[in-house]
Amino acid sequence: MLHEPAAQSGPDASADYKMQIGVWMFLLYAVVYAVFVAINLLKPLWMEKIIFSGLNLAVVYGFGLIAFALVLALIYNHMCGLHEADSKDAEGGK
Amino acid sequence: MAITIFLVFVGLVLGLSFYFAAKTKSASGYFAAGGQIHWAVNGIAFAGDYLSAASFLGICGMIATAGYDGFLYSIGYLAGWMVALFVVAEPMKRLGKYTFTDALDAKFNSRGIKLAAAISTLVVSVFYLIPQMVGAGVLVEPLLGIPHYAGVIMVGAIVITIVATAGMTSTTYVQFIKGGMLVVFSLVVCIAVLYRGLSTTPDQGGRVPFHEYKTITAAEAEGRLLIKDKTFVVMGGQEVKGAKFVKLSVSGLETWWARYDKDGNITLRETQYSVAKADGTKLVNGLPETKENQPRLSGNLEAIKGKTGPEASTGKVGPLEFLSILSDPETKINRWKTVKFSDGADKVTVYAPNVTPGNKLMRPGLKFKVEGTPMQKLDFFSLMLALFLGTAALPHILIRYYTVPSAACARKSTIVAIAAIGFFYVLTMYLGLGALVNSVVNPLTDNMSAPLLARSFGTFLFAIISAIAFATVLGTVSGLIIAASGAVAHDLMDRYMQLGYNEKQKVRAGKIAAFVVGIIAIALGILFKGMNVSFLVGLAFAVAASANLPSIIMILFWKKTTAKGIASSIVTGMVSAIGIIMFSPSIYEKFGLDPATAPIPLDNPGIFSIPLSFLVLIVVSLLTQKKEQPAV
Repeated sequence: MLHEPAAQSGPDASADYKMQIGVWMFLLYAVVYAVFVAINLLKPLWMEKIIFSGLNLAVVYGFGLIAFALVLALIYNHMCGLHEADSKDAEGGK
Repeated sequence: MAITIFLVFVGLVLGLSFYFAAKTKSASGYFAAGGQIHWAVNGIAFAGDYLSAASFLGICGMIATAGYDGFLYSIGYLAGWMVALFVVAEPMKRLGKYTFTDALDAKFNSRGIKLAAAISTLVVSVFYLIPQMVGAGVLVEPLLGIPHYAGVIMVGAIVITIVATAGMTSTTYVQFIKGGMLVVFSLVVCIAVLYRGLSTTPDQGGRVPFHEYKTITAAEAEGRLLIKDKTFVVMGGQEVKGAKFVKLSVSGLETWWARYDKDGNITLRETQYSVAKADGTKLVNGLPETKENQPRLSGNLEAIKGKTGPEASTGKVGPLEFLSILSDPETKINRWKTVKFSDGADKVTVYAPNVTPGNKLMRPGLKFKVEGTPMQKLDFFSLMLALFLGTAALPHILIRYYTVPSAACARKSTIVAIAAIGFFYVLTMYLGLGALVNSVVNPLTDNMSAPLLARSFGTFLFAIISAIAFATVLGTVSGLIIAASGAVAHDLMDRYMQLGYNEKQKVRAGKIAAFVVGIIAIALGILFKGMNVSFLVGLAFAVAASANLPSIIMILFWKKTTAKGIASSIVTGMVSAIGIIMFSPSIYEKFGLDPATAPIPLDNPGIFSIPLSFLVLIVVSLLTQKKEQPAV
């Protein structure tokens, strides 16, 4: 019943590796996010403490979560890209 | 100028659709843009798809009225993309074809999964469509001077044309253009806000004189309020949840004042108000309501780091300095609160000044009661959970993984999306706070805060931002209608009912489905006029996270997952999330019932419905192990 991907792509030798590091990075980000939510719930007044340049913890942590997301994403992409290249080289050498 | 720019934009969008229509012949082309979109274009299109009216209008509006609490939505929405990138993106691309139902069903070929997932896609898409269409009407009403319903019909007609002509290809490029323009011009407005700086008497660059609200003192003797100035005559008073209001006659005009008691001194502050009379007439600030006589735009700084008057003005400020000043306890921000009560036969709505210190504005607590009861805390936790898990389960987001050629491209486009969306969400802080301190918040609806902030810098910026806001609605609604169209034509008609369509018939069925869903969206947009945009989007996130995410996660990571487990989990998540919301305090309040009598004291269902959906999947899968083939 035409149940194939819209664009065909070959088997991915790096799939398991990418899933593994993806799960670990997800867990890392989830912990940092959970700590943010926990501070809000358990110690909400901490959020108004000034951390640097007159910015409070709420702003620093909030912006930090957004910046951390991008940094983690770029690291993830770099690691995936390296492994994909290695896998391709290994296949080419066979 | 606003209308010209708006019409040019609409013409551009329709021209693009007709151009791509000639190239769209196959089902792959219609539902997935042939799987040939470049990952960078797809990444910005992701941003254009995701940054809906709720993000641009809703979050900015919420920050403008509730400070940092509005920014929590930005944080939660962005965090959700980490689930999409690390867990969902590449496997979804490898498993699916056109829809997320394909991915769930790839290893089973189960009619139960097809039916449940297609219905879930439709339900989530429709819940998401309603606020977009309501937002469209709200936006077009002041821009073109047409009634709300006409605005909704116009948006619906344009979107149906976009989707029904060329499907995913034109939708992708509309979202790409809109996503790019949204980020660039939001940045321009933020730079303008910082360049203007902060003042306790904001006059929109000299365009609109600042309205100084009067303050008078009073005394009380034998339970009677006494005012020295005899031009004020006390006519009555009201107390609503601890807030006191006094009705004064001033030169024959009935006015409402907010009363503050401190250290034995009584201060009365001028408010804005509207009064609905029993005979159907309406007064605004004491005079008959007209197009011109509406409540003034509000919000300003009462003090900047303890200073008031001309010496408090900062001149241009840096981005960190801006936030630092607003976080200072000695900075006083005048937010406006809305209070409703009855005065005899009159229904009175008072918009009263509500002075908040900077340290309270810039931390959670004004909207979400993080210092409240355990149930209020649980509600907040539930919301943050749904926002985190909802993004990766939204059908209109998931289908964008099928528009790129490979799993690696799906990953790269998600990273581009995270960069664009994350940057935009940082800007929302400046847009929302900029609206609050520049006195451009409409007391009747905060949804227009960002466009009104742009208007304070001149007509050109307002025209551009309004056109982008309109494009925001177009982009998201197009994506939602494509997702719903795929669920009907591909999942239900072709795969569930097995009608045996060829490619051409599939495309035709998709177009007809898009037309029908578009008509339904128009009807709902008119029906739900006035309903809170952010509330409905939050509901869509909760339903998506409860119905779809457990299945996506478990099929990838638990080998004992079965088809019946997935179908049961989708139905359980969907029904429990919607059920909890229908009996929540917010829905009770919206339907005129006492929120205190709501059987479920939670507005956000995720904390119960998401684990329940996981649990049902596990139990049913274990019970059906012998009858079915394991997932992997």
